[in-house]
Amino acid sequence: MTVSVPTSVAEAVSLLAAAPDSLVLAGGTDLMVEVNAGHRSLDRVIAVDRIEELRDWSISADRRSLTIGSGVPYSLVMDGPIAELVPALAQASRTVGSPQIRHVGTIGGNLGTCSPAGDTLPVLAALDAQIHLRSVSGGRTVSFSHFMTGVKRNSRQPDELITGVTLPVLPGWQGYSKVGVRNAMVIATASSCLAVDESTRSVRVALGSVGPVIIRCTDAEDWVVGQIDWERRAVDDGVVAEFGQRCGVAARPIDDHRSTAAYRRRAIEVLSARQLRRAFPNG
Amino acid sequence: MADSGVATRQRPGRIGDSVVRPDGREKVRGEFRFSSDLPVEGALWGATLRSVHPHARIKRLDVTPAWKIPGVEAIITADDVPGKSTYGLIFADQPVFASEVVRYVGEPLAAVAADHPETCRKALEAIIVEYELLDPLTDPERAVDGSHPPIHPDGNVIRHQRVLCGDPDATGPVVVEGFYEMGMQDQAFLGLEAALALPDPGGAGVELHVATQAMHEDLHQIAACLGLPEDKVRLILAGVGGAFGGREDLSLQVHTCLLALRTGRPVRVHYGREESFLGHIHRHPARMWMRHHATADGRIIKIEARFVLDGGAYASTSSAVLVNAVTHTQGPYVCENAVVDGWSVRTNNPPCGAMRGFGVVQACFAHEGQMDKLAAACGLSAVEIRLRNAMRTGDRLITGQVVENVAPVERCIRETDALPLPDEPIGGFGDDPMRLPGGAGLTADRGHIRRGIGWGVAIKNMMYSEGFDDYSTARCSLADGVATLKFATAEVGQGFVTIAQQIARTLLGVDDVQLDRIDTTIGSAGSTSASRQTWMSGGAVDMACRRVRERLFEHVGRMWSVDPIRLVVDGDSVVDSSDSSRRISVADATAGQRFEETAEYHHPPTEPLDENGQGDCHTAFAFVAHRAVVDVDPELGLVKVIQVATAQDIGVALNPLSVVGQLEGGIAQGLGLAVMEEIVMQDGKIRNPSFTDYLLPTFLDMPPVVASLIEEPDPRAPLGAKGIGEPPCISVTPAIVAAIRDAIGKDLSRVPVRPQDICL
Repeated sequence: MTVSVPTSVAEAVSLLAAAPDSLVLAGGTDLMVEVNAGHRSLDRVIAVDRIEELRDWSISADRRSLTIGSGVPYSLVMDGPIAELVPALAQASRTVGSPQIRHVGTIGGNLGTCSPAGDTLPVLAALDAQIHLRSVSGGRTVSFSHFMTGVKRNSRQPDELITGVTLPVLPGWQGYSKVGVRNAMVIATASSCLAVDESTRSVRVALGSVGPVIIRCTDAEDWVVGQIDWERRAVDDGVVAEFGQRCGVAARPIDDHRSTAAYRRRAIEVLSARQLRRAFPNG
Repeated sequence: MADSGVATRQRPGRIGDSVVRPDGREKVRGEFRFSSDLPVEGALWGATLRSVHPHARIKRLDVTPAWKIPGVEAIITADDVPGKSTYGLIFADQPVFASEVVRYVGEPLAAVAADHPETCRKALEAIIVEYELLDPLTDPERAVDGSHPPIHPDGNVIRHQRVLCGDPDATGPVVVEGFYEMGMQDQAFLGLEAALALPDPGGAGVELHVATQAMHEDLHQIAACLGLPEDKVRLILAGVGGAFGGREDLSLQVHTCLLALRTGRPVRVHYGREESFLGHIHRHPARMWMRHHATADGRIIKIEARFVLDGGAYASTSSAVLVNAVTHTQGPYVCENAVVDGWSVRTNNPPCGAMRGFGVVQACFAHEGQMDKLAAACGLSAVEIRLRNAMRTGDRLITGQVVENVAPVERCIRETDALPLPDEPIGGFGDDPMRLPGGAGLTADRGHIRRGIGWGVAIKNMMYSEGFDDYSTARCSLADGVATLKFATAEVGQGFVTIAQQIARTLLGVDDVQLDRIDTTIGSAGSTSASRQTWMSGGAVDMACRRVRERLFEHVGRMWSVDPIRLVVDGDSVVDSSDSSRRISVADATAGQRFEETAEYHHPPTEPLDENGQGDCHTAFAFVAHRAVVDVDPELGLVKVIQVATAQDIGVALNPLSVVGQLEGGIAQGLGLAVMEEIVMQDGKIRNPSFTDYLLPTFLDMPPVVASLIEEPDPRAPLGAKGIGEPPCISVTPAIVAAIRDAIGKDLSRVPVRPQDICL
């Protein structure tokens, strides 16, 4: 086994170019679990946790977008300025594991693993996040919807490094809710992110753990926009209920050892409806 | 207990003090040496090959490819077991290695020793196993009805036990019945299985450092399988990180010893978490039915019940677990007529055996569900129905046995009822989302949540039953003012080492009490199980210390020419009770002297049950009540336990801090069973063998516990103290489920309660 410890993105991508079958290790909170369980063997590892530029974040000059390095840990997203700019991402980050896990686990790792239960992914999907990838031949940016392609599959090429993600800073309510059987430190049974963009009067909803990829509820999104009293920030109870049902219809859950498809669909109905009510508190 | 040998003045660290355990600081600081931390130069690593099928004939087991891997030093299979090929705590029906048939997923087939864990892994992968798949028996009802061919020469029924009492045709105006189901819980001790075996030169014997619950039970079984005399096998207790019943049966012991004997080198075996789920027994899943007949005012006339416990592939302690279940059918309530049928059966599921509560957890979940149904049918409160039926000392159980212990059932209920309910509203006083069900997931607002209150009360037997003489041995020596205690009592985290020191300090007037190594060079202490060590090993330490004190008093009496009966221990001195000016410190009195005594404590004999379940089969009983307050999100099925109140019949609080620790820990384990802990089985395979998916309560899930310790010294207990380990986890589970039922107004008959059980 060889472990490389680059200190710059340039160094990391040249290592990846030389050995595209290398495993990229960030916080290790997913990867090492798989290694310890014997599901993966480590032959070549590129540890990116010493690349300072990946641990940075910045806001655009017009204050309308935020770029977060892939090495930024959940603990940094949870509180402080990022939490004020993208509260849903902070809430999602808070639900990840334990304090120890959140201290080393990273946004880039969540994207690299690309599990349907990845907690930040519904937020990235709802906000149409742009994922930045770099290789020796240059950089490219893909939207989240083109990035995640299946269960633990994404469109990152073997020689590419995930360097960061750009998110819009939206005016309007946003939130992330997650159901698990334990009150914290639990994998999502079902999760939902709802974000309102008051500038365009749009609503975005994305669901986690209820399909092979993160699911955007475009039918419910398009339908609900016309049902909202944007001046009063109000929706009827009937709209709330139907919105939940429409989101539930979009879900594609399965039965497994963690839960049942029927429960997951119900959970989505309830979470989405409650989130819409939180966004538009007036009846 | 009254003790004429000790005056009133006492020094710290005595019985009744909240002494901090001697290994406490090391454990908190991460410095305690667990069984996986033993340093040995040049030790080989061992690993185990396990069946991947629940039921299959082994057509071919070829280890030769593994020998080609450099670093492999030994490969052993069933053919290499020199002694007895099977083991078991009650029936020796479990093979050290499967030879012809595998009966559960995880059953050992072979073991290897090599220079590195990675070499072991490669060697296990290289071993060729060809199976002929057989139809697995995974539904325990098919073992009861006999519709599946025997999967073991001993048959598919491990034990059937009836209990018939009084008039089987008795009935009453109120009849309630219910079906109840319990999933498979795991002990989930944090310290994984680990052992180190050191062979004697020439393979004449072996020394095994192991984390276990029962040194001598291990010893007997290991020596038999190794084909060695028992004096050639020496067990030394290595640091144990929890047990809860999961270390009563052998797991890696014989394999580790065999590898060491085969290679002539030290061998260590460590399980990982997944292997631990496969490698130890679990709590019996149960299907239960009960029908209670009662008077219109709620007094129980008759109970009918049926139990089916899934024992998995091998017998382990299934027969004793069954006896506990059927004999605790009535709970802590008076009942004169009963018709109970119970089976513990063999299936191709993982073997099940001892876990904290040992069959009573299952019975209690059902009988407490029944008490709530009875209360509803009679228009009584949960408290009133239980008070009306509460058992007292002198009452006769459905086995015919009279409860001779202190039996403060009514007091347990009343004192629990008197404890304050939580004053915080739903969601807490502030805006902390962690106070709501769903917690960090931000799933609910206050308005979505409903609160419920539920009750559970339990009776639990202590010590072994049905004629077992599970005695305990202890030695005390006193020299130069220092007492030294020696016993083979497994300290698994329960705190016996603290209690033992307290007993010696109290009786002998010394501060310095040394604990000798816990090993098998002294007689058996029995298992650290069945809430028994404070009573049994406490009794043995007490007896040994008293005998040493007699020797001390004789010695001082000779020095002073007084009758030793006049002497007492006062503070750190021996004093003449008739002339208190005459005193000598214990240190001075024992200078250059050495007094040593060994004692065996036996509890009164018990007897087996007859075919109708009659007989004085149990040794002693303890009682407990729990009241749970829960907040429930009815639409999402999420639960947060807000408070548990409990009053427990403990006899005497030898160490109040330790008592509270046991109460809180037991409640956490019972809470886990109520709402999250379950080994999910599918076609004989464990679907969730990790702490990612086998969920244990975290600090956030654990509510505040308010407790009342009921101290009525039991005259039958050597220190007046009852065992306290098991009762806390027994009736808290039905109390929490009752509270959820109360919150949502829906019947729930299965634990753990899953979100979909609540909201779909």
